[in-house]
Amino acid sequence: MTENLTTDLSLARRRGASPSNHLLEVRDLTVTFPQPSGSVTAVRGVNYHVDQGEFLGIVGESGSGKSVSSLAVMGLLPSSAQVSGDILFEGRSLLGRSDKEMSKLRGEGISIIFQDPLSALTPVYTIGTQIAEALLLHDKSLSKLAANARAVELLKVVGIPNPERRAQAFPHEFSGGMRQRAMIAIAIANNPRLIIADEPTTALDVTIQAQILEVLQKAKEMTGAAVVLITHDLGVVAGNADRIAVMYAGRIVETGTVDQVFHEPSMPYTVGLLRSMPNLATAGHTRLVPLEGRPPLLTNLAPGCPFAPRCPVAIDACRTTEPPLIVFGNDPANSAACLRVAEIASGALDRSQLYPVPEPIAPADRAEVLSKSVLRVEKLVRHFPLTKGSVFKHSIGTVRAVDGVSFDIKSGQTLGLVGESGCGKSTTIMEILELAKPQAGQITINGVDVAVMSKKERQALRRDIQVVFQDPMASLDPRLPVQDIVSEPLTVHGVPAKERLKKVLDVLELVGLDPSMASRYPHEFSGGQRQRIGIARALVTDPKIVVLDEPVSALDVSIQAGVINLLEDLQEKLGLSYLFVAHDLAVIRQIADTVSVMYLGRIVESGPAEAIFDNPQHPYTRALLSAVPVPDPTVERTRQRIILDGDLPSPTEEISGCNFRTRCPLYLLMDPAGQEKCRTVDPVSRPLNSSEVACHHAEHIDRMTGTTKQPQRP
Amino acid sequence: MSMLEEIPVSNNGVPEPEIAQASKPVSRMRLVLSRLRSTPRFWVGVIGLGAVILWAAFGLIPNQWNYTDLDVYSMGSSPNSVHWFGTSDIGEDIYAQTIVGLRKSLVIGLLVGPIAAIIAGIVGAVAGYLGGWWDRTIIWFIDLLLVLPSLFLFILLSPIFKSLSWVALIFLLAGFGWMIMARVIRAQTMSLRERDFIKAARFMGVDTWTIIRRHVLPNVSSLLIIDATLGVGGAILSETTLSFFGFGIQAPDVSLGTLLASGQGAAVTRPWLFIFPAAILVFTVLSASLVGDALRDAVDPTSGVNRD
Amino acid sequence: MIGFIVKRFINYAILSAIATLSAYVLASMILNPAGRYLGRNPRPSDATINTILDGLGVNPNTPVIERLWNWAVNLVTQGSLGETIHNTSVISEMAARAGTSLRLLILGTIIAAVFGVILGVWGAVRQYKFSDQAISYGSFAILATPSFVLGILLMIAATALNGFLGVQLISFTGEYTAGLDGGLWVHFWDRAAHLLLPTISLALMGAAGYSRYQRSAMLDVLSADYIRTARSKGRTRGSALVRHGVRVALIPMSTYFAYSFATVLAGAAVTELVFSWHGMGEFLFQAIQQSDINAFTGAVLFNAILVLIAGTLSDVVYAALDPRVRV
Repeated sequence: MTENLTTDLSLARRRGASPSNHLLEVRDLTVTFPQPSGSVTAVRGVNYHVDQGEFLGIVGESGSGKSVSSLAVMGLLPSSAQVSGDILFEGRSLLGRSDKEMSKLRGEGISIIFQDPLSALTPVYTIGTQIAEALLLHDKSLSKLAANARAVELLKVVGIPNPERRAQAFPHEFSGGMRQRAMIAIAIANNPRLIIADEPTTALDVTIQAQILEVLQKAKEMTGAAVVLITHDLGVVAGNADRIAVMYAGRIVETGTVDQVFHEPSMPYTVGLLRSMPNLATAGHTRLVPLEGRPPLLTNLAPGCPFAPRCPVAIDACRTTEPPLIVFGNDPANSAACLRVAEIASGALDRSQLYPVPEPIAPADRAEVLSKSVLRVEKLVRHFPLTKGSVFKHSIGTVRAVDGVSFDIKSGQTLGLVGESGCGKSTTIMEILELAKPQAGQITINGVDVAVMSKKERQALRRDIQVVFQDPMASLDPRLPVQDIVSEPLTVHGVPAKERLKKVLDVLELVGLDPSMASRYPHEFSGGQRQRIGIARALVTDPKIVVLDEPVSALDVSIQAGVINLLEDLQEKLGLSYLFVAHDLAVIRQIADTVSVMYLGRIVESGPAEAIFDNPQHPYTRALLSAVPVPDPTVERTRQRIILDGDLPSPTEEISGCNFRTRCPLYLLMDPAGQEKCRTVDPVSRPLNSSEVACHHAEHIDRMTGTTKQPQRP
Repeated sequence: MSMLEEIPVSNNGVPEPEIAQASKPVSRMRLVLSRLRSTPRFWVGVIGLGAVILWAAFGLIPNQWNYTDLDVYSMGSSPNSVHWFGTSDIGEDIYAQTIVGLRKSLVIGLLVGPIAAIIAGIVGAVAGYLGGWWDRTIIWFIDLLLVLPSLFLFILLSPIFKSLSWVALIFLLAGFGWMIMARVIRAQTMSLRERDFIKAARFMGVDTWTIIRRHVLPNVSSLLIIDATLGVGGAILSETTLSFFGFGIQAPDVSLGTLLASGQGAAVTRPWLFIFPAAILVFTVLSASLVGDALRDAVDPTSGVNRD
Repeated sequence: MIGFIVKRFINYAILSAIATLSAYVLASMILNPAGRYLGRNPRPSDATINTILDGLGVNPNTPVIERLWNWAVNLVTQGSLGETIHNTSVISEMAARAGTSLRLLILGTIIAAVFGVILGVWGAVRQYKFSDQAISYGSFAILATPSFVLGILLMIAATALNGFLGVQLISFTGEYTAGLDGGLWVHFWDRAAHLLLPTISLALMGAAGYSRYQRSAMLDVLSADYIRTARSKGRTRGSALVRHGVRVALIPMSTYFAYSFATVLAGAAVTELVFSWHGMGEFLFQAIQQSDINAFTGAVLFNAILVLIAGTLSDVVYAALDPRVRV
């Protein structure tokens, strides 16, 4: 009721340079960075507002200008940046204020939470000191002792156990999630009216992300502050935000209430973004719809709508005039920057038909596969000794990175290996790729044990097993042209140069790249294209197994879909087997046939993908799944969320019995006898329903009930 | 010249701000060149170094005296129209002597810098890539030479190469001039080794030496070019210091160091004997190090960028 | 933390020991102590020369390993570094000279470090402004000047100043004026006047190097995220840079200090020679010129111990500055 009123007022006022009665109002903000190669306009005329106590989500891919605009609000842009337009906070303009004036406001009126909490905290001061510093800066009458006491209190508020002791710790002694909690503590120290959170959970695991989002909600409730959450992940804002603004190429292209934007998006970009995201609720049943192309360069924008080149419904007018952000429909909160918004909103243009759904591979093109085991791992173990001592090194423990992992991949199938960082999934694949005798256990490829192979056999086997890495920039040598990069695996096997070139052109075509680009260098390609080069290199030897190490997690969401579809198609065409390692459950759901869930060097649950995702049997799987945000506000509001306590224990810790029990929600619900069993007996994998699960009490899994998210608005 | 030590010189260390990704992809080479072009220090250095080299090559032509000539009619005269830089006590023309000395110093510097850089590249890449005992042995050796100042070793070894020609000096200077840079290359190689494209090559089965040759050395080449440039100045400094104290270039050869040594006694009373060669020396080394420093700033995107 | 420092100390100690022992071997192989006697007139008999060389423990006819062993045993059991070629004890020679060198080294290094850090931070914060350019070109010019040229240039300038003032304000030959009469204060001022130029010379060279290094360390810090965090809490840019930036930018300096110390030693030796100071630098140069193996090794040992102290000191500073290495 009141909100509608204020929106009306703001509309009336926007025409003149009138004072604002929003908490924050950004008017026609433009930010330009002069550069020797031509200036870059990162933000081009952005308008938005935030009211008291409101939660605004700003969504955009990298390079959309979302972070730059928030830094402009804080007055923290580099001094070379040229800023125009106006930023009003509590009715007063922030632009043109001196650093000294701004510093009085920063932390007290507006505070910000940055993405990477390790580099965002000064390494040489304790956490407590850094929180107390924020207090002391704005309250000169506060004594140092009182500030430290308050810092401990704040650490307690953000959920850090043992706050008195932890306040004395340095940032490097904190885990990522705890550092981000400390950042939140700093941000709320002075009860600000506005908190800007700039990708606060991007570097974190899903279970930690769920914790941090919860702390952020709590902080908002405590301080009554408005929150602007900036993210690239639509799922993160779906459950939390009141309103959403979608940014593309330095502008807001669509804004509206969270339900409007998610359920009835009206800008083709938003539609495409939502369609291209692998979504836990829909993944696995439908093919993803890729959003082709890439965002424009901001140095030299062509006239017209910047999205027009990627837009499936662009008309001629789109290429000449850039559409303004206009209100459509009945709710003045909703507006979009598209010439055809009326058609889309009215349903004349069907949202679900906007983007063509790619055809699956025709049955005739599918490769014949005989179902046999191509990669079999049994009880694989990799322990690292942990040494300490400066003068005389002595072992103080073992890091059980991989502690008895078994799985089996059939030809033409995909095994999804999923787990949070530190669970040992990367070590597992590195062990496999070394093709050496493991510390313990057995690796069998094509029925041959790698431990007993000769050097020559091993070299020959490398043809059959290839790898695609996570970061396409880091995995391609920047000094070599693409054809040399792709043909490198062939040089090892003594393939003559002429044949190599032919093969390279073939695989480039296979992965959807123009073979004429073979003589170019990696930096001339976009992220998605680079990952295709990486895939081409893996395929050039006609392997049977491809190990994919987080192959899409470094890519923007709109690019991911194309790469995932490509991988699916290649598998069908060539009959490949994939070992697909990822932390993103939605991606795994999309591509995997069977799934193994890893926790602390062990596989806790494995089975067919549908079984794992629809009916998880292990408490960890269940918590993991419930932590994944779904880009659908209705689903998010009614979901049961199981929040795990604390962080992943260090792999050096010796945990008796089941190593998940320290965080297990089910453990807490068991009777003393059941708990005793968890504490003393290490659970072995056993079949239950259609999966294998390593839990003593998996039958009682339904005792676990999560917390339903409180409705945002009364 | 060891400023590179400990400061990671990486091309992906600091995440570029959001805007940088949106800028047009330009090749690294062109980016470096365009950064260089906009650095005044680079131009000062290049023009200075170019002028010195040209002067060393052609400076004797307009002069009527050769460096061995003795003008008995003007001994110890101050600079004048006949003897542009004045004469020594026995009537040697200081201008001619400076040019001849400069030639020798330049040749030594221009050879020692690149040779030392090549040694540093190979040793550093081997230590960094192979690790283990190779690494430990090499690092110990380098540390040993850092404890024992190389100047002292040069002087100790001087009786040996005194008897050889001045060319021996080049190898000696190069042989002790690579250590600090090798440490930097080693550190860089160690971070390269963890990069995915090297891992990828390893998992393909590419052998170690091919990886070092194909992937490691090209990726540290920019550091080596910088090192070679900075090494030119460093080598000239070492050579002149040795020659000044009589341990380097021996008569009848002349270098800036021997020239300064003979002018030293009269430095206060007849400054031209000392000032002119000294000024040329400082100018040459300064130019070389300005070029090297500008190169480093251009190659390393994190240095010299103040993003505040 | 103690463990870390002990480990580094042991590392430096082993390095110093190996450096000294290899210096002995190298000197024994290259230097020819007999040459000094062969040129004498009348030439002493071979037997006499052998006796002299045996007395010094430097006879080339004895295997190097045996001589090295004797030298090391002498050092450990009697604390003796052998005798110089003039039949004086190396230790007592060094004791007489060490003070001279240390005075110069300690003063020069402290002044260099303080000025270098200040100028480097200043240059980074004022990047590309006039003051930064002036500091940069100044340091480049000093780094491009050999230490002996710098010393002599300072002498020329001091002579000009003295001539202009008409009094001997700055003295620069030797450590003190020989045969000076007067009380304690007169002597003190005389020494201070002599100390001035060499100290300036050494400090200038050190400060130029440190300032370049500190500048680039500070530039790294300037764009760090935690500076942005500090500002977002409500610090002004200047105060964030001082409180959070400088503190972190000092960490790499402590490592650089250890690495650059050998260069400083060489520079100090050259400076001593230029200003005719009878310090350890001159001792080392003379030892080589006179083919005095024992004296040379003693001088190297002196340097190695200084590197050991400087290295350990810089590790202590490092551990104090950076909580990440405190175990």
